[in-house]
Amino acid sequence: MPPAVVGKNGDISVVLCGEAGQGIQTVEQILTQLLKSSGYSIFGTKEYMSRVRGGSNSTQIRVSSHRVCSPVDRIDILIPFDTKALEHVRGRIRADTVIIGGKKELFPAGGADHFNCIDIPLSEIASQVGGAMYMNTVGSGVIAGLFSVDRQRLDDFVAAFFGDSSESVIEKNRDAAARGYDAAIKIIEDGRIRLDVSANPEVENDILMNGADAVGIGAIAGGCDFVASYPMSPSTAVLVFLAFHGDEFGIVVEQAEDEIAAMNMTLGAWYAGARALVTTSGGGFALMEEAVGLAGMIETPAVIHLAQRPGPATGLPTRTEQGDLQLAMYSGHGEFPRIILTPGSLEDAVYLTHRAFNRADKYQVTAFILTDQYFMDSYYNLPSVDVSGLRTVRHIVETDETYQRYFLSEDGISPRGIPGFGTGLVAVDSDEHDENGHITEDLDLRIAMVDKRLKKSAALENDTVPPELIGKDDYSILAVGWGSTYHVIKEALTVIGRDDISFLHFKQVCPLHRSTVEYLKRARVTAVVEGNATGQFANLIKLRTGFDVHHRILKYNGLQYTVEEVVGRLSKII
Amino acid sequence: MKQGPFDRGAIDIAWCPGCGNFAILNALKAALTQLGISPEQIVIASGIGQAAKMPHYVRTNVFNGLHGRAIPAATAIKAANPGLTVIAEGGDGDMYGEGGNHFIHAIRRNPDITAIIHNNMVYGLTKGQASPTSSLGFKTPVQVGGVTEEPFNAMAVAIALNASFVARAFAGDVDQTRDIIKAAISHRGFSIVEILQPCVSFNKVNTFQWFKENSGYVEDSYDPSDRSAAFNRAAEGGKMALGICYVNSERSCFEETLSPYSEDSTPLFKRDVDMAKLARLVDSKRQA
Ligand SMILES: Cc1ncc(C[n+]2csc(CCOP(=O)(O)OP(=O)(O)O)c2C)c(N)n1
Ligand code: SF4
Ligand SMILES: [Mg+2]
Repeated sequence: MPPAVVGKNGDISVVLCGEAGQGIQTVEQILTQLLKSSGYSIFGTKEYMSRVRGGSNSTQIRVSSHRVCSPVDRIDILIPFDTKALEHVRGRIRADTVIIGGKKELFPAGGADHFNCIDIPLSEIASQVGGAMYMNTVGSGVIAGLFSVDRQRLDDFVAAFFGDSSESVIEKNRDAAARGYDAAIKIIEDGRIRLDVSANPEVENDILMNGADAVGIGAIAGGCDFVASYPMSPSTAVLVFLAFHGDEFGIVVEQAEDEIAAMNMTLGAWYAGARALVTTSGGGFALMEEAVGLAGMIETPAVIHLAQRPGPATGLPTRTEQGDLQLAMYSGHGEFPRIILTPGSLEDAVYLTHRAFNRADKYQVTAFILTDQYFMDSYYNLPSVDVSGLRTVRHIVETDETYQRYFLSEDGISPRGIPGFGTGLVAVDSDEHDENGHITEDLDLRIAMVDKRLKKSAALENDTVPPELIGKDDYSILAVGWGSTYHVIKEALTVIGRDDISFLHFKQVCPLHRSTVEYLKRARVTAVVEGNATGQFANLIKLRTGFDVHHRILKYNGLQYTVEEVVGRLSKII
Repeated sequence: MKQGPFDRGAIDIAWCPGCGNFAILNALKAALTQLGISPEQIVIASGIGQAAKMPHYVRTNVFNGLHGRAIPAATAIKAANPGLTVIAEGGDGDMYGEGGNHFIHAIRRNPDITAIIHNNMVYGLTKGQASPTSSLGFKTPVQVGGVTEEPFNAMAVAIALNASFVARAFAGDVDQTRDIIKAAISHRGFSIVEILQPCVSFNKVNTFQWFKENSGYVEDSYDPSDRSAAFNRAAEGGKMALGICYVNSERSCFEETLSPYSEDSTPLFKRDVDMAKLARLVDSKRQA
């Protein structure tokens, strides 16, 4: 039998699938790092159930000769940890998908011959090592072997990775990795499989991170020195990142008793001169809404990272969706301006989160960073993120005796003093207030204060991140997206390969950049691709510009789009 | 009248004539004056309600936030700048009802702030509904058959949770109230001062006279460091204990436990991000 040649244009999609608790995430952590430092470009993403044990979770790792940043349906190599896992991804198994695993383990009732299955009995090897718990490390060894990772590098990495465990656990994991590795080398030598992919020494030194890391780095760059939040998937990863680096960067990190406390702490912190972040999701953010209005009223800056997940209510806690755009847009009662940033790439997440802090401070408004579960949990490598040019710009003033927190200025922005800095007093009030920040029911003053707050909108509109056009200027078809779909739509267009289609990606949706309508009008056909059921961004475009996009390509099953899916759905309308 | 450092001069005060809040205002201003802290170094955070209007009537920094949310804001203000003296103030509805969760967790967290709770056993601002401390049987336009829920005993809850400083005052005694507030502010840790406050407009049951008859100061021999005795005193029926009910000076306060202040007391706004360190963090993502 000739060897199964795996990969397409130097790009291999590996999927590992197993129960929660079987260590799929450990495999992902080991392999993404190891393969990247062996010179492969990596994209890793996971889909998992909201449970700690059991069920079926999967991780996709694209291993490539060139940069890859988005998920694909295609599975070139599948490593199922049990029969249930096989069922979980059954619909994606094609004739040329190579399944690696124990034939007897995976097909107890027979039928392995219907598949392209190479027999490496992972669970049997694991029990030889010391038990089922080593299966994931055996699997890591197999993949490392298939991609010809240096044997010593694998061993060193595994030893370091399990470094905190007992001596015997470390040894057993090293053994497990080595056995998996040898099994993979054997199937290559036996001519059963050949991988069409090559390493590129250039990427060995790339950085590898996920969306949560990128938001965290951007926050620190923006001067974040305070984070109060309440755990909720998928936003918690940013809290964990900042807690991990809290000592290093002097960040006050507090797990609040609830989201209401977290948001009110955020405002108290900014009021007293800190630069605070709150990270939250779905229902957690819904609880913060009243305080979003407080921020609007007292004109205290705030930065909110809202990592979306499918709602309403608890929805699908560990899945993804772009369903909270409207929530962020209209959160808080009353009328007041805000900023909503929607990073598409990891660089975007760093730079936009940094920007959120400086702009929130400058305009004394809430700046949202809208991400989602997919974005938080996906990794890829990139040459670098240059933080050297980033500055923390503080917009606070030293007060004197005549200081008035809500001085009615020309542009609506009153210099922001903080308590204890200067000889003045700083009063803020959630009631309608006078220029001194004291409660008032003077209805003429009410009008002046509303106008003052809304005046900031004009300034915000002049300071908006423009959408990024990918493709030629003279397109006739325009795909439109925002936030986390950036790379997947971009790759889909490359696959389609037509030069009359371009892609307009929005990194800020509020205020909407004024060039928006011009871009849309230039196209014969427009299609918004977004991850929700109603086309929230398409609706927003209509509301703000009057333009009706021609097509809405929507998805709301809790999973991110894949490249094939976007290609398929765009192809139907062009 | 001579202007004190905390007087705001001729301002319009929204309280009813005869309201117990006036006495609390005087006691608070006197306490701050005697402590000699300058108005610029103090922040009074409050929620919403009649009591929560307090900071507008004191010449100092003000964070008048949302109903029930004074404590989280005050906690963060102190954590952002530990040099400030921070007070959280509000009514019984504000602090024990809407903000009850924060009250409980602030006791656990133990920030070095003072919570002043005006307990008039009623919702004043919203015109007379029951509050968490309203007595059983208290009739209102909403509780038409009288309150059926057990009143919230904040003192007992606080002592049960091993709060740092727990005291109760009576608005009828300005000097004692002033002294209790002074002790609370001087105490390091979360200090709770509940002040019994007659509401002349909406509470015709728990009047000045009623409070006078139904409360009494702890005796001189009372030991506020004895937790079980303090708890028993707070939990038993009869007269409500006035004075400093419980003090625990052993607990470390929230700000002391925060790593940014372990070696450096500089407030956050005076610090800068170490960008070279951040560049190294980014670089650390290169290595496995
Ligand atoms: C979220 C929210 N719910 C309700 C209200 C209406 N409200 C304002 S003050 C108050 C209760 C006031 O009672 P208390 O806190 O005891 O203060 P008092 O007026 O008695 O001093 C209520 C229910 C509000 N402002 N915000
Ligand atoms: S309603 Fe009651 S608490 Fe409010 S000001 Fe009047 S008397 Fe005081
Ligand atoms: Mg009350």
